[in-house]
Amino acid sequence: MTFTEEVITIAMCVIGTMATRFLPFLIFREKTPTPIFVQYLGRALPLAIFAMLVVYSLKGVNPLTGTHGIPELIGVVVTIALHLWRGSMLISIAGGTVIYMALLRLVF
Amino acid sequence: MVQSQSTGDVMKRAFLAAWPHTVPIFAGFWFLGAAYGVYMNALGFSFLYPTLMALIIFGGSLEFVAAAMLLSPFAPVQALIMAFIIQSRHLFYGIAMLDRFKGMGLKKPYLIFGMCDETFSINYTADIPDGVDRGWFYFLVTLLNQFYWVSGAMIGGLAGSLLAFDTSGIEFVMTAMFVVILMEQWKKERTHVTGWIGFAISLVCLYIFGSDSFVVPTIIGILAALTVLRRPIERRLDRGEDSVPREERGK
Repeated sequence: MTFTEEVITIAMCVIGTMATRFLPFLIFREKTPTPIFVQYLGRALPLAIFAMLVVYSLKGVNPLTGTHGIPELIGVVVTIALHLWRGSMLISIAGGTVIYMALLRLVF
Repeated sequence: MVQSQSTGDVMKRAFLAAWPHTVPIFAGFWFLGAAYGVYMNALGFSFLYPTLMALIIFGGSLEFVAAAMLLSPFAPVQALIMAFIIQSRHLFYGIAMLDRFKGMGLKKPYLIFGMCDETFSINYTADIPDGVDRGWFYFLVTLLNQFYWVSGAMIGGLAGSLLAFDTSGIEFVMTAMFVVILMEQWKKERTHVTGWIGFAISLVCLYIFGSDSFVVPTIIGILAALTVLRRPIERRLDRGEDSVPREERGK
């Protein structure tokens, strides 16, 4: 990516974010009730999107070549286990990442 | 005693009320912000990138994704759609704060600009004591949280270049973060069918369209599936709840 393309990409992220933050205040000036379908999406969309983001963050993993995604799988399992055990975001994220980094160095 | 307080007094009082609420956010933001800075550094970006992105995007999960997008082929439309969809939950924060931000004057644009998940949850739930100015309370919570995040990202970006050890694998911090966010959301929901829909459509689109261009088809697919399956999903979302949402729907 050229520098200009980087600036545009970051600007798109800013615009997309700010649209979600400012739109309600621009659309719902008066006490108009939120459309029912929007309310429904508000309840149904988040879990689907977070599932997509987990896949997105692992999109570079190829199960057929290289390390077959095994370090990633172990890292995810450790993160889940830590989170079920302690329920602390910090411990789960740090623990999963440290294990993954250790696996890359020591095993794979 | 003078009856009218000086702005300084009002701010001081609001600060004393606001900052204790932000202490847990401080720990989390410094950790995750620093990890983000180190990650950006490991990807080859100067510390100015994480610092400025933290400042102007100010949305943690998207910033990680933005870093990945900067290393992918240029796709501005995909970037815009992805940003809007990832951040779409903020639409509902705004709706929740519509009335509370009324009459906030010059502070209002900044309150809206800086309303990340954590800031929203504090400002939405905090019991603001009598005698504390609501506007300044909201403003300082927003400002403190953003300060933690931006300074964490800057420190991480700077420290990344000083770290003596090899930081390869740090990119897994993004996966771990999304796994944890997903688990937290998973716990809150009555039905997990939406999560499985998200996984299934993402994986199918990843297989068909490849890693550089599967996002937009995935988002379209998820929206289509949620629209088509609205009735059964709504029934599951409501299961076990009292009748309030059903009455609202009838309006």
